[in-house]
Amino acid sequence: MEYVIEMLGIRKEFGNFVANNNITLQLKKGEIHALLGENGAGKSTLMNVLFGLYQPEAGEIKVRGESVKITDPNKANDLGIGMVHQHFMLVENFTVTENIILGSEPTKLGAINIKDAAKDIAALSKKYNLDVDPYAKIEDISVGMQQRVEILKTLYRGAEILIFDEPTASLTPQEITELIAILKLLIKEGKSIIIITHKLKEIMEVSDRVTIIRKGEGIGTVVTAETNPDQLAELMVGRQVEFKTEKGEAHPTEEILNIENLIVADYRNIDKVKGLNLSVRRGEIVGIAGIDGNGQSELIEAITGLRKIKSGKVTLNGKDITGLKPRDITETGLGHIPQDRHKHGLVLDFPIGHNIALQTYYKSPISKGFIMDYRKINEKARQVIEEFDVRTGQGEMTPARALSGGNQQKAIIGREVDRDPDLLIAALPTRGLDVGAIEFIHSRLIEQRDKGKAVLLISFELDEVMNVSDRIAVIYDGTIVDNVYPKETSEQELGLLMAGEKRKAKAIKEGNE
Amino acid sequence: MSNRVVNILVPLISVVLGLLVGGIIMVVSGYDAIDGYIALWNGIFGDAYSIGNTIRQITPYILSGLAVAFAFRTGLFNIGVEGQLLMGWLAAAYVGYAIEGLPRIIHLPLALLAAAAAGAFWAFIVGFLKAKLHVHEVIASIMLNYTALYLTNAAIKSLSDGSFKTPTVLESATLRNQWLREITDNSSLHLGIFVAILMVVVMWFILEKTTRGYELKSVGFNKNAAEYAGMNVNRNIILAMTISGVFAGLGGAMEALGTYQNASIKAAASGIGFDGIAVALLGANNPIGVFFGASLFGSLKYGALNMPNAAGIPEEIVSIIIAVIILFVASGYILRVALEKFGKKKEGK
Ligand SMILES: Nc1ncnc2c1ncn2[C@@H]1O[C@H](COP(=O)(O)OP(=O)(O)OP(=O)(O)O)[C@@H](O)[C@H]1O
Ligand SMILES: [Mg+2]
Repeated sequence: MEYVIEMLGIRKEFGNFVANNNITLQLKKGEIHALLGENGAGKSTLMNVLFGLYQPEAGEIKVRGESVKITDPNKANDLGIGMVHQHFMLVENFTVTENIILGSEPTKLGAINIKDAAKDIAALSKKYNLDVDPYAKIEDISVGMQQRVEILKTLYRGAEILIFDEPTASLTPQEITELIAILKLLIKEGKSIIIITHKLKEIMEVSDRVTIIRKGEGIGTVVTAETNPDQLAELMVGRQVEFKTEKGEAHPTEEILNIENLIVADYRNIDKVKGLNLSVRRGEIVGIAGIDGNGQSELIEAITGLRKIKSGKVTLNGKDITGLKPRDITETGLGHIPQDRHKHGLVLDFPIGHNIALQTYYKSPISKGFIMDYRKINEKARQVIEEFDVRTGQGEMTPARALSGGNQQKAIIGREVDRDPDLLIAALPTRGLDVGAIEFIHSRLIEQRDKGKAVLLISFELDEVMNVSDRIAVIYDGTIVDNVYPKETSEQELGLLMAGEKRKAKAIKEGNE
Repeated sequence: MSNRVVNILVPLISVVLGLLVGGIIMVVSGYDAIDGYIALWNGIFGDAYSIGNTIRQITPYILSGLAVAFAFRTGLFNIGVEGQLLMGWLAAAYVGYAIEGLPRIIHLPLALLAAAAAGAFWAFIVGFLKAKLHVHEVIASIMLNYTALYLTNAAIKSLSDGSFKTPTVLESATLRNQWLREITDNSSLHLGIFVAILMVVVMWFILEKTTRGYELKSVGFNKNAAEYAGMNVNRNIILAMTISGVFAGLGGAMEALGTYQNASIKAAASGIGFDGIAVALLGANNPIGVFFGASLFGSLKYGALNMPNAAGIPEEIVSIIIAVIILFVASGYILRVALEKFGKKKEGK
């Protein structure tokens, strides 16, 4: 059998911590090979080794049968290996073309030749059905489109082997469908693909084989057609995994959050939330379902005090919090798991322990007067790390930057849930988490509810909204168009509501009855 | 190789490498490297007098280094230490000679305080412009460096009725100390070194122990997360800059109340503020590191003055040699990486 890539017995250490130990991954030509493992298992590390970002301590890498040393990403490029990182590496105010040629600018008589490059890029885009405008600016295009720019970048550099690190984590369901089509087309054109994803459904749908790693150890490779999600989950975690979270009836009591006629503009001063009304009661989980860009981000930022409210009124715990500062709103009983963990959630240069104190550093027992008690902070951090199974290299002193994406997320959730807020806003809380962690986080959200707290869940994934929420508020074009109950609705109805087709949705429902 | 060994080895090897290359430069340009280094050594440690003056030279470097390092740690680049230092210098000198009849225990702290306030005010302007009007701190501080230079010159001229320096500070405000002078053979060593060391502790305390330090660092590393956590980003930027200015202003006071006992008109910047950037880098922006960085920097600067006289090496070459040594120390991290690799290979075998 012909392998285009062979990673044999790879070992990678960070200090005393072994992130990869004796891992073997063999990629056949023309296959889609999934890489599966829990958060912190070492997937990104392994791929960074293949892309030349890290040097392995032991093991061998063969490309098309030849043993090679991949010293840096340029070397990887030369070998035809391209990588689409989870966090895109694009210059916001550059055009698509400028971003793609960055670092390997084609020149004509010494001057950069943008026109020809743009033409090439347009041709490539057409060939792979990517639908990218070479002259668009990165800051003006959607996340899904930015990802395609990253794909184009690797193709433009002649990549034959493409690595995708959690490409679907930041995409909407529609964009995911589109991406999967693109992946299949790439294969048809003779490329080979390694893809990291936590979504077993996606693995079953696109991959030919799956390599599983657990806590840095290679577990083995299975053929997708001969396995199923349950077996995959078990191989990955080492025990059986529940997919659906156990959940009893909700017993909502008094209202905790009330939003009246809220109007909020985005950074370009265009109204994104347009007279929205919403009410959340203690003891219930309200899920906001909607397609990305319908005002979800602006809504959250307005409630949490991070964005100015144009008009309307927000009441939390009976107190008018409209226009208050984030600190005052937090103190009124709000917890917030932010949508973008790197932007708002963490100070990446701090140890993870200090990040656990981010919302409580000014209060006893974390500090006394103006003196920080770092011993108490570390104690608290160890407790949260333990309770939320945050896997770190060196405990609470590990730099937040060195944590795997999923573990960073778990640390943030731990920090917010541990404060036990009356209302917890959870924006895409399980983005980038493995199946076991998702189940755990969901059960923690339900636990909050059962304690008489309230949760406002924002998610792009219908499964999550349907499974976890007690009530679903559908957002479309800046307003809540309908409130439905998971038990009484269907994905089809939700889909129509989210697309703004309220009438059609109604018709379907009545037809069913 | 353990971390501690690396931490001690790196600066040592860097200094040795720097000295080697410096020696080669001397030899290539036709001077005796051994003589040169003996002259350097004697210039620094040769006798009590040299030691006294070396410490005196180190003092303002500690403070300007702390000023730069503090700003760095809070996400700001304070290139305006020079101007803040000049303002502090003048303020200390003025309070030092113009207010009469106070006991030393009040007058000296008052003069120091005036310097701190002047430096702080000058830096506050930069912080304010950045926070409220989004003027980049580098632009604002460079402009204010020039402003400070000409403003202090004009002030000195008018305060001294057209002379080039202010009157000498009063006995009650001086940092000079008879005992320190005596044990160092009449060098110009003064009490300022204790002020500088105290400030090393102060910086460490603010950053590592206080809630304010935690806020300042958070804002410096990630404004968005700081805002999310309910911190007042603008106020913290202004405060960070202002505290940095306090260190710079005190650096000026060392010169006004210790070394020179007055403030005089300058044709160009003193250089202490700019050298503070190098000191902060040498010290990896860590207060204790700044102390050692300033010690190295100040010793080399002062000791080098002896090289032209004692070894006949021209000043230009001396400057090159000093710069080379400092360059090597500053790039110590390259060595660190090499050592780590080396250590690993050995363990592997
Ligand atoms: N630069 C680094 N320094 C120290 N430790 C690191 C570094 N990068 C990763 N690690 C550690 O190595 C382990 C594996 O990390 P990696 O990012 O490969 O996980 P992952 O499998 O991609 O997880 P996730 O699904 O959460 O993204 C983690 O425990 C992480 O803390
Ligand atoms: Mg990862």
